Amino acid sequence: MGIIEAKNLVHEYIIRDEEGNVESIQTALDHMDLKVEPGQFIAVLGHNGSGKSTFAKHINALLTPTEGTLIVDGMDASDEDNTYAIRQTAGMVFQNPDNQIIASVVQEDVGFGPENIGVPTDEIWERVERSLKSVGMWKYREHSPNKLSGGQKQRVAIAGVMAMEPKCIILDEPTAMLDPDGRKEVLAAVHTLNREKGVTIILITHYMEEVVDADYVYVMDQGKVVMEGNPRGIFSQVDTLQEHRLDVPQITLLAHELQRAGLPLADGILTREELIDALERIVKGR
Amino acid sequence: MLRDITLGQYYPADSKIHALDPRTKLFGTLLFIISVFSFEGVIGFVAITVFLFWVIHMSKVPLNFMLRGLKAIMILLIIAGMFNLFLTPGQPLVTIWKISITREGLRNAIMMTIRMVYLIMGSSVMTLTTTPNQLTDGLEKALHPLNKINVPVHEIAMMMSIALRFIPILIEETDKIMKAQMARGADFESGGLIKKAKNMVPLLVPLFVSAFRRANDLALAMEARCYVGGDGRTKMMPLVYTQIDRVGYAVVIGYFILLMVIKAVL
Repeated sequence: MGIIEAKNLVHEYIIRDEEGNVESIQTALDHMDLKVEPGQFIAVLGHNGSGKSTFAKHINALLTPTEGTLIVDGMDASDEDNTYAIRQTAGMVFQNPDNQIIASVVQEDVGFGPENIGVPTDEIWERVERSLKSVGMWKYREHSPNKLSGGQKQRVAIAGVMAMEPKCIILDEPTAMLDPDGRKEVLAAVHTLNREKGVTIILITHYMEEVVDADYVYVMDQGKVVMEGNPRGIFSQVDTLQEHRLDVPQITLLAHELQRAGLPLADGILTREELIDALERIVKGR
Repeated sequence: MLRDITLGQYYPADSKIHALDPRTKLFGTLLFIISVFSFEGVIGFVAITVFLFWVIHMSKVPLNFMLRGLKAIMILLIIAGMFNLFLTPGQPLVTIWKISITREGLRNAIMMTIRMVYLIMGSSVMTLTTTPNQLTDGLEKALHPLNKINVPVHEIAMMMSIALRFIPILIEETDKIMKAQMARGADFESGGLIKKAKNMVPLLVPLFVSAFRRANDLALAMEARCYVGGDGRTKMMPLVYTQIDRVGYAVVIGYFILLMVIKAVL
């Protein structure tokens, strides 16, 4: 059974005027289906307003489905009794690193989650140590978050979620406010968690480069899953992606354009090395 | 200017004062403030000064760190001093036109300034040596009995610690907005007081909007990490009195009694 299963998931934002009458209804999720197996690294792609953040908030029970069902680790997200169990199972990391760090010292912030769920003091310290080490921030434990870089802050936020020992972490555009170095740092940390601790990762993003190493990719547009598959399969469909207003990685785009210009290249080239290899083979073949 | 506010800025160091329980420090600060506002005469003043500087020395926080906090309230100090100096009735010392400086006025002005300065420095010792979280933990535990009369002690403590955490962030943001507005020709420097205040509007509106947005994000992030208020919460750093706190209490109470004795004798 999958750790996260969405069936026919619908979410509507109801916009009311000042008297409380319904002014308009905006469908953010429109009969969405999705299934994630434990231990997978999943990426959800979509441009702004595609409903991907709304979906993320459902997995953490911050929003509840209007229609359809969402099962997180065997628990129904519509049932209010499950809310806190779900939030422990599926931790969430948000976009803005400043706005999700609660305490003024790194280790106290990481301890905030375990404190909330009533973990005994000794175990809180063990968890804080373990999770800070797993994202490589242990030596900063006494620092003020204000003095850290964006990437470091985001890693602290990930540690804060890890300290609650979730089975699954949802990252809602965790790198959107970071510089390229910070972005690499955060992604490396997330991949390590996935590989070494077996945590299921759901990475929500609109940066294509971050998706290349994922196990499976969902592309969302207008609240629907419009494409799904492994990264190579997804990126071989350059034209479809562009229809959904997504940019493909530069290398893939270059390969696509070369192919179109008549070079016999394979579909879905993802990395610079692959492209170089393929081009060398063509050159040698001549 | 905005960066000078040290209130709520923890200064990490390894000192005896840092190691004290926040409740001890709160109690000590309270007694110190009472003592500052009840002392009279030169000897009392000397005793307070010696005590304050001894504690600052013990805390291993550089003195100029404490003094930086004073810069922000300089104007307030000057205004308060002026009022005392010129508006206290009594025996005139110097009279220029209709304004006269009286003996009592001079005395009041000096006392007032010293008291304010010591008040700020005394409380800075506490805020500089205690992390905001410890501080609010201390408050929460010290005020816990009020829970029985339906005072939401935990919530207040949580709000305070979050406010303290966001002060530097909002200051940075103010700086950023200020620069952005200045780049587009806004003028924060010239003009009279009223014009200056009016010029602040384009600064305050975006600041407020962004503060609300941050609050919203933060609430969501806290909820996502299972925050449901104070019930059923455990503590990462439970407050336990140790030997050093007993010494701390003894020192503070001893100091207070000494001052009261000095006051009674003189």
